[in-house]
Amino acid sequence: MAQTGRPLSPHLGIYRWGVQMTTSILHRATGIALAVGTLVVLWGLLALAGGADSWATFKACAGSIIGTIVLIGWTWALSFHLCNGIRHLIQDAGKGYAIADFKRSSWLAIVFSVVLTVIIWAIVFSGGAA
Amino acid sequence: MAEFSLPKNSKIQTGKHYPAKNAKKPRTFKIYRWTPDDGQNPRQDTFEVDLASCGPMVLDALLKIKNEIDSSLTLRRSCREGICGSCAMNIDGTNTLACTKAISDCKDTVTIYPLPHMPVVKDLVPDLTHFYAQFASVKPWLRTQSPVPADKERLQSPEDRKKIDGLYECILCACCSTSCPSYWWNGERYLGPAVLLQAYRWIADSRDEDTGARLDDLEDPFRLYRCHTIMNCARTCPKGLNPAKAIAEIKKLMIERRA
Repeated sequence: MAQTGRPLSPHLGIYRWGVQMTTSILHRATGIALAVGTLVVLWGLLALAGGADSWATFKACAGSIIGTIVLIGWTWALSFHLCNGIRHLIQDAGKGYAIADFKRSSWLAIVFSVVLTVIIWAIVFSGGAA
Repeated sequence: MAEFSLPKNSKIQTGKHYPAKNAKKPRTFKIYRWTPDDGQNPRQDTFEVDLASCGPMVLDALLKIKNEIDSSLTLRRSCREGICGSCAMNIDGTNTLACTKAISDCKDTVTIYPLPHMPVVKDLVPDLTHFYAQFASVKPWLRTQSPVPADKERLQSPEDRKKIDGLYECILCACCSTSCPSYWWNGERYLGPAVLLQAYRWIADSRDEDTGARLDDLEDPFRLYRCHTIMNCARTCPKGLNPAKAIAEIKKLMIERRA
């Protein structure tokens, strides 16, 4: 391309967005978020092993407003990656490729991930575990 | 590697405006322009076209602009009935054929770009050299080992013939490949939906006797496995084909032959 001096035609900025593009990029983004979130889990385990004081620090951080928001976000990332992962599994079996099917399954992955997050945090808050 | 923004020489500038005079049914078309002759960046020109004296398809409007407003507007077209694939371009945000896309199905302002993420030769004409080279790389013809039957063609049962329905109709317009984000970011090495559908067209053909070698050639992290089922290909195909499904079938065969 550089050799010819020709311009590159526009792509991402002009292409009409579809729900199947959203689920695809979210799958990647939540995958990265989960990898980073694993470090937080590690921190929690280390804090637990470190004794009552370090656990109290971790609990205070995780229980703060910002900590809770991050944890809710992480729960959603996990839920979405799970739901969309199941969708990928079905697609790898060669099913769900009709346009109506993959639009519906994309929306289902999004909706179910939110429902799952709400259920998990309803349990957490009602149990007072946070 | 994915590069989301356009290179410096590709950024689009505001172009000329051609208002319609005494139009009964004016419609605005915003069209990507670039010429190698003046050293300028691409620009987006605005044309107002009177639909009262224009055919129903986007191609009709483009040819009316070329005939009556700006003869330098450059585009490929041939059959005007969706079988040659020449007039593939991005209309209203989706890749399709200008000849089969009705103006009435577009938004009020019709935006037209060349096929996305391709080097531009001029205006709406992309350079498809690499795309065709990739097509040639899958050796898209009947490959056989058995001797040619002496007195007849290589026959195929109606059931076997059915297996290439939804595949043989591909006209290689490149709408699907240039709609695919994976192809945008890895088009140098990923074959893309059109070429993979064509590869599967021969794998699925009962008369072809080189399936093993065909699969060997595709067994590669980039050539085949950059498909992440984003499905833009199936959504955009002007012939209603499903390249994503064909790619899934190839992936399935890869697993089946390992077992």
